[in-house]
Amino acid sequence: MNFSIIAENINVYLGGVVVTFELVSLSLIFGFFIAVTLAVLLTINTNAFITLPIRTFVYFFRGTPLLIQMFLVYYGMGQFELVKTTFLWDYFKEAHFCALFTFALNTGAYTTEIFRGAIVNTPLGEIEAAKAAGMSQWLMFRRIILPSAFRRSLPAYGNEMIFMLHGTALASVITIVDITGAARIINSRFYSPYEAFITAAAFYMVFTFTMVWVLKKLEYRWLAHLRRDDSA
Amino acid sequence: MIDLHGYGLSIAHGTLLTVNVSLTSLAIAAFLGVLGALAKLSGSRVLKLIAEIYTTVIRGVPDLVLMLLVFYGGQMLVNQVALNLGYEGYIDINPYIAGVLTIGFIFGAYMAETFRGAILAVPAGQLEAGEAYGMSKLQVIFRILLPQMVRHAIPGFGNNWLVLTKATALVSIIGLDDMVRKASLAAGATRMPFTFYSVVAFNYLIITTVSIYLLQWLEKKYSLGVKKD
Repeated sequence: MNFSIIAENINVYLGGVVVTFELVSLSLIFGFFIAVTLAVLLTINTNAFITLPIRTFVYFFRGTPLLIQMFLVYYGMGQFELVKTTFLWDYFKEAHFCALFTFALNTGAYTTEIFRGAIVNTPLGEIEAAKAAGMSQWLMFRRIILPSAFRRSLPAYGNEMIFMLHGTALASVITIVDITGAARIINSRFYSPYEAFITAAAFYMVFTFTMVWVLKKLEYRWLAHLRRDDSA
Repeated sequence: MIDLHGYGLSIAHGTLLTVNVSLTSLAIAAFLGVLGALAKLSGSRVLKLIAEIYTTVIRGVPDLVLMLLVFYGGQMLVNQVALNLGYEGYIDINPYIAGVLTIGFIFGAYMAETFRGAILAVPAGQLEAGEAYGMSKLQVIFRILLPQMVRHAIPGFGNNWLVLTKATALVSIIGLDDMVRKASLAAGATRMPFTFYSVVAFNYLIITTVSIYLLQWLEKKYSLGVKKD
C-alpha cells in the first residue's frame, strides 16, 4: 500500500471532513427541532387530524431506507410541475440542499419516536408536583417534562446521532464530496481502493469515537441523579 | 393502480433479489454474531481482542464505506492473488457476493453485541445444572444456553434485522440488480423517478411492517414460559 497518494491529496479529504461535519451538524439541529415539536404535539393531542399525519411521517421515514428517501427528494421532486416551475426548484436542484433536507427529516422522524417515548415515561410524581405548583401546561413542558425527557433520552439519542453521522456517507451517491466522496475521487483517480477507503474509514472512526466520548461525558453529567455508584 | 409502463415485473424481480440478499446476509450475520459473542465471553485473550476490534471498527465506520472497500478492494485482491497464481485473465467480483458478504460482516458485529447481552441474561445456575448432569460443554451450549438466550435476543435481533433490510438498498450502488437499481433504470427510461422510487419505498414498508408483526409473534411465543407482571 502506498499512502503517499493520500498525503499528497489530503486537501481533498479535509474538504470532505468540512462537508461531512456541516451535513451532520445542520441535519441534527434541524432534526432536533422537528422532533421536539412533533413529539410534544403527539403527546398533548388525541385529535387524529394532528396525530395521524405525524405518525405517518414517522412510520414512512423509519420504515424505508435513507437512500430511497434521498432519491425521492433529489431525483423525484423534478417530476412535479409545482416544484419545477416555481422558486422551489432553486433549492431542489441542488444536491446539497436535497441531502440536508432528507437527512433532517430522517433523523427528525427517528428522534420524534425517541423523545415521544421519553415524554410518555416521565414519572407521574414530577408532573403532579408541577401541577400542584400551579404551572400551566406550557410552563410544565418547558421547565419539567422536556428537560427531564431530554436527559433520559440521551443514550438513545446519542445512538441516533452516530447513525446520522454514518448516514451522511450516502450524500456521496448524489455527487456531494464529503469524506466518502473524497475517497471515491481518490479511488477513481489513482485506482487505489485500499488507501482511499481505509483513510475515509479512519476519519469516520475519529469522528465517531469523539462523539461517543463527548456523549459519555454528557451522560455522566446529566444523568448524575440516575447514577448507581456513589464514587463521584 | 399506478401505471408502471411495463416495469412492474422487473421491479418485482428486483424485490425478490432484495429479500434474497437480506435473508442471506442475515444468516451470515447471525453466524458471525454467535461466533463474536462466544469469542467475547471466552477465556482466551486473543479471541476477546479480535472480537473487540471487529465490533469496534465496524461500528465506527459507515456501511457504505465498508461496502466500497470490500467491493473495490476485494476486486483488486482477487486479481492480484490470481495473477500471482499464474492466471492472466481479469476476474470480475460478483456484486451479489460482495454485497451479501459485506452486509453480513457489518451486521455480524451488531449481532455479536446483541447475543453477548442475551447470553449473559441466561442465569448461570442453568448452565451449572447442565454441567451437573454430566453434559459436555457443547451440549450445554446447544441444549441449555442457545434455547434460553433466544428470548432475550429477539428484540435486539429484530432491530438489527430491520436496519439490515434497509441497508440492502446500498447494494444497488455496487451494481447489483436489486429493486432500487431496477427502479433507477425504470426512472431513467420513463422520467418518472418519483413514481418508481415510491414503489420501492412502499415495498420496503411492506417488508418492515410484516417483519415487525412476525417479530412480535416470535417474542410472544418465546416468552410463553415467563410470568408477566
